[in-house]
Amino acid sequence: MSVISRSEVEHLARLARIDMTDEELDRMAGQLGAVLDAVAQVASAVTDDVPATSHPVPLTNVTRPDVVRPGLSAADALAGAPASEDGRFRVPQILEEDA
Amino acid sequence: MSSSVNELVHWNASRLSEALVAKVVSSEEVTQAHLDRIAAVDGPAETGVHAFLHVAAESALARAREIDADRAKGAVLGALAGVPIGVKDVLTTRGMPTTCGSRMLQGWVPPYDATVVRELHAAGLVVLGKTNMDEFAMGSTTEHSAYGPTRNPWDPTRIPGGSGGGSAAALAAFEAPLTIGSDTGGSIRQPAAVTGTVGVKPTYGGVSRYGLVALASSLDQAGPCARTVLDTALLHAVIAGHDPYDSTSIPADVPDVVGAARQGASGDLTGVRVGVVTELSGEGYEAGVTARFTEAVALMREAGAEVVELSLPNLVHALAAYYLILPSEASSNLAKFDGMRYGLRVTPEGEHVTAEQVMRATRAAGFGDEAKRRIILGTYALSAGYYDAYYGSAQKVRTLVQRDFARAFGQVDVLVSPTAPTTAYRLGEKLDDPLAMYAGDVATIPANLAGIPGMSLPAGLSDDGLPVGLQVLAPQQADDRLYRVGAAVEARLTAQWGGPLLARVPEWKGATA
Repeated sequence: MSVISRSEVEHLARLARIDMTDEELDRMAGQLGAVLDAVAQVASAVTDDVPATSHPVPLTNVTRPDVVRPGLSAADALAGAPASEDGRFRVPQILEEDA
Repeated sequence: MSSSVNELVHWNASRLSEALVAKVVSSEEVTQAHLDRIAAVDGPAETGVHAFLHVAAESALARAREIDADRAKGAVLGALAGVPIGVKDVLTTRGMPTTCGSRMLQGWVPPYDATVVRELHAAGLVVLGKTNMDEFAMGSTTEHSAYGPTRNPWDPTRIPGGSGGGSAAALAAFEAPLTIGSDTGGSIRQPAAVTGTVGVKPTYGGVSRYGLVALASSLDQAGPCARTVLDTALLHAVIAGHDPYDSTSIPADVPDVVGAARQGASGDLTGVRVGVVTELSGEGYEAGVTARFTEAVALMREAGAEVVELSLPNLVHALAAYYLILPSEASSNLAKFDGMRYGLRVTPEGEHVTAEQVMRATRAAGFGDEAKRRIILGTYALSAGYYDAYYGSAQKVRTLVQRDFARAFGQVDVLVSPTAPTTAYRLGEKLDDPLAMYAGDVATIPANLAGIPGMSLPAGLSDDGLPVGLQVLAPQQADDRLYRVGAAVEARLTAQWGGPLLARVPEWKGATA
């Protein structure tokens, strides 16, 4: 049984920016342990000489002609924003200190 | 609401298309009939089919009248012009809510159409609304929708499959003749299998992903769902093709899927080489599933196909590799839901609340359990110290799976297997056991890892009276082979049954609340 501790889950949840209750952390630790057990076999299924595949279709550096074309208007882009002001997204303070 | 069912909702898209062209019916009549059907069976959320999260009655009828007017003027219209369609709620629709089955996007109205949706509009299809799904397409049951599950029209106590359970159930409940789905690990094919309908995951890059809200970008593929192979092909032809707005879109011609479906309808498979995948049968597959699959293979042989059994040994690691690659990509893709630019924002109590606190509170409230599980799993698999063992190894397995398919397709034209190891299980049965749910994707996942196209079509009913799906797989950009083989099997099976499988779906009586 892969052990993934509650404090590890807490750390991962912090990295993933998700607040979790104590109950959630406990439940998640158990379930993730079981899933990791089941998927750990991949490490023994492969050898060093097998190249990794990140993508099913080998397309690289797809570009388009560098010409101006219509995009979203500022009003459209802001229409779904939780808060906006003066044509910009309004967000909570980003730094811990008072500005 | 009258208890009589308007016959138009039982017509397939190809029949509706012919009747519309011949002006035997109007798009307005057809659209109204489907809206009435939705009103009769889809709600309430607690007991109805609940295939739709949003019904756009007014805009659908307005569009239908436009198509009728164009046709009256003698305009040249697409084959499916005036035919109604449901769109999985994972594709953006300008001016129409798009939630991805998540609280995170409750009430969000996208400012643009997905390319697939734009193609539907251009071809004159009438969008009825948005169909239910597991949150951000993570799940195999639609129980992970924040808005409650969809029910299986064959038995309201059972799952309709997922993540595209809404798109499949809408077809089986005669709420729409066509729907769009998306398939990252089987989300088109497995719902098709358990509802007795047809669904195709096209070749990766064959249909644009622009406006398809990303789950796992290297695996996601939008595709067509319908009640017959020919209808599926007609819809495939509308949505497929190169899109400059999607850098992973394949710049090549679309195979002639409609021609292949018509060719296959003769029921002849002379000269077609079919491979039965050893690893996708046997242990873990229900007896009733195996029985229908074995009969379908025998039928292909009778139709003239050369059938051989082939081993693809690395497929046994595909499920494990998938459940590392998918969460890894998902944890990255879902990072954009941060409560800053669109969607939900939750601000905790207190002074000097920071953006990071808002993000954490928003994501805690906005994501359901399954989404959180996969985000945390992906974050773990990508973290320093584990990356090589987990994500790195999974990517290598992906190479081995692709090689297995390449070798197999050197010997046969298509591969076949059951679509899913079981028929539809009961709602709630695997809700707290994610591993058990994941195991149901074992036969569909390999195609996503390899980027190859796959179809599920009805193979009959199991001993429990529930539908079984036959999966057909083809090499990349040979989607037409799915339609040739699928149409031939369909033609022979419906002749045996004396009509389509869905003629046997019980009339919807609703679930008990």
